Amino acid sequence: MAESIPVAPSPARAHDHEHPAEPGFIRKYLLSTDHKVIGLQYMFTGMAMALLGGFLAYVFRMQLAFPGIDVPLFGVVSPNEYNSLITNHGAIMIFWVAMPVLIAAFGNYLIPLMIGADDMAFPRLNRLSYQLFLVSALVLLASFFVEGGAFGGAWTMYPPLSASSEFNQTPLGTTLFICAVALEFVAFLMGGINFVTTTMNSRAPGMRMYDIPMVVWMIVLASILFMASVGPLVAGAVMLLFDHTLGTAFFDPQRGGDPILWQHLFWFFGHPEVYVVLLPAVGIVAEIITVFARKKLFAYKTVLYTAFGTGVLSFTVWAHHQFIAGIDPRMANVFTITTLLISVPIAEMMFVYIATLYGGSIQLATPMLWALAFIAEFLIGGVTGIFLGASGSDIYLHDTYFVLAHFHYTFFPIAIIGSFAAISYWYPKMFGRMLNETLGKIHFWGTVIPFNTIFIPLFVLGAAGEHRRIWDFAQFPELASEPLRNLDKVATVSLVIMLAFQAVFLFNFFWSLRRGQKAGKNPWHANTLEWTTESPPPHGNWKQMPTVYRGPYEYSVPGRDADFWPQNEPA
Amino acid sequence: MSARPIATTRSAAGMPTGRLAVWWVIASEIVIFGGLLGSYVMFRLGHDAFADQAAHTNTWIGAFNTFVLLTSSLFAVLGHKAADAGDGRRAARMLYLTAAGGMIFLTAKAFEWTTEIQHGFTISAHTFWSFYYTAAGLHALHVVAGIVIMLIVAAQARKNLELQRVELIGLYWHFVDVVWIFLFPLLYIAK
Repeated sequence: MAESIPVAPSPARAHDHEHPAEPGFIRKYLLSTDHKVIGLQYMFTGMAMALLGGFLAYVFRMQLAFPGIDVPLFGVVSPNEYNSLITNHGAIMIFWVAMPVLIAAFGNYLIPLMIGADDMAFPRLNRLSYQLFLVSALVLLASFFVEGGAFGGAWTMYPPLSASSEFNQTPLGTTLFICAVALEFVAFLMGGINFVTTTMNSRAPGMRMYDIPMVVWMIVLASILFMASVGPLVAGAVMLLFDHTLGTAFFDPQRGGDPILWQHLFWFFGHPEVYVVLLPAVGIVAEIITVFARKKLFAYKTVLYTAFGTGVLSFTVWAHHQFIAGIDPRMANVFTITTLLISVPIAEMMFVYIATLYGGSIQLATPMLWALAFIAEFLIGGVTGIFLGASGSDIYLHDTYFVLAHFHYTFFPIAIIGSFAAISYWYPKMFGRMLNETLGKIHFWGTVIPFNTIFIPLFVLGAAGEHRRIWDFAQFPELASEPLRNLDKVATVSLVIMLAFQAVFLFNFFWSLRRGQKAGKNPWHANTLEWTTESPPPHGNWKQMPTVYRGPYEYSVPGRDADFWPQNEPA
Repeated sequence: MSARPIATTRSAAGMPTGRLAVWWVIASEIVIFGGLLGSYVMFRLGHDAFADQAAHTNTWIGAFNTFVLLTSSLFAVLGHKAADAGDGRRAARMLYLTAAGGMIFLTAKAFEWTTEIQHGFTISAHTFWSFYYTAAGLHALHVVAGIVIMLIVAAQARKNLELQRVELIGLYWHFVDVVWIFLFPLLYIAK
């Protein structure tokens, strides 16, 4: 067994010669253990789920703006269906879009390429993780077709609504929903262990801790954060499943259980989860702004330590979701302080990025536009969070559309803008061709402008008292005033426009696969290792494994002709 | 997967990849059991009625099982020692003994649970019993998984293949053991 072999490049092992015959479709795409194929599988699954999640949003937004309308492609939305739609929109976008695309797809694709390895440390575990993830997605989809329909108790699954089919009226849908979420957690635990181990052990010779590209660090930290926070919720999911199916009473107050316990278990995971998806997006943005500003990342170590600090702090803020759930007001004070504290490291990251941009020679290519939009939009999300972290104002704003708008101003930049930034930046590496810049820019503006016109009205509606999870506001005279209803219509129309513009992206994506301009090895003149191999990289990634000589962000180094300096180039 | 990728054989952090990964598996398991047992302790502190229910657990079977599991861990260590010395056949024999310990544990558990269920202490009888069956059941699931993996590792070790895995399954088995050391006082002794 060669496990203890010291770090040494093995150029002799050219994989092309080991696999002379081209494998068939099933072996190549369904049973592949190649990290690149698995990464793309995660990405395409995530994209398909994103389309579904967007469609669900379209249906319930139509119902909100035009109550009782026969929604095109769906039909009339009943109250139960409305609940199922919002629940599954939330769960899908977080668990089956943000996590698979940001962590699993880019983690799988980029980690081995960026640290100079030929694959993950455990390729078969990697494949199992994707297969389990796919099963979890299918279980969730199946829940739409069972008797009673899909679960409708919100993605937070609060008991007693989620614990008894007497209340939620979806006996099978709830069980399938809990199972799907639990399976998804297991898939990501396996993937996370693989990411952490690979980055710790499989780095190219010469790559020290501070030579690791930021996006790899961030995905690894996110995996550790996920691993450390999800455990209690896995236990909680088992307890909830038993409550729902076996008649136990963990969360049933009438029989000695405690529904608040679920909220603690859920948010102990739920709040770190925000940082689980935030960190990879922050890492992606770091890669892009350094390349397109042709500047070294300002304060690499500060960003890294800030991310560590964020991770630690994120375990101390969860009860800010429960200010009105009857927790002790003295506890509310503590959680207000920790919540406001956590905005400090995040603000620091934003300042570091602005300092990186300062004085750079900025090129506004599509990936850079997405990265800049991330900084601008996430800033709004962060600032509005201050109102909700302070228990005084949260008691008024809790469960209104203000919360919802704040949440989307954080998650949309993370999951959607961050993913588009990454896809437009690494597309040439993944498929060997460039995306069309004009179509990319049309898609960018067609996504970012409507995004703001969806959610700015919702801030106003929330501050006016409009409560979440209401199927038809016509039933509430004080909320049904004409100006408020009109704001709802603005949001819905904007959503439809934004969804329509995604067709531009899909067209660009698939058209460029065949018709795009050839990318070559390093179209962006970037430093990191993935740009030193072919596009797309062959099986095994390099004919000769690279050795690393310097950090990833040596741009515009004085005294050099080229304004970039690849990590593997000897001095 | 005949040839291992280069990534698997590197060891930049100075620890074999397999051992590193098992430690991360254990770390993620600690928080799962931690969440469950933490919830149980919070309930226990707030509800005196739990003690009345806990009085019906069988401390003797619990103690016997603790003894069996700890003994099986000893065999796991002896197996590791044999594997380090390159004696695959002896390592496999030790792993079979460890697996036998796990099976005795499960048999005693089956007997214990049957008796309790016959006396009406089912999983939905009281929140104490819900925790009792969920926590011990989750633990038993880990014992079953450990036995299956151990038999696979032993079958390879017999042929002197993948001897480093003897240590890895041993690590996992010790973890399962430690979880039981938390469960035994929490569910059986504290009355």
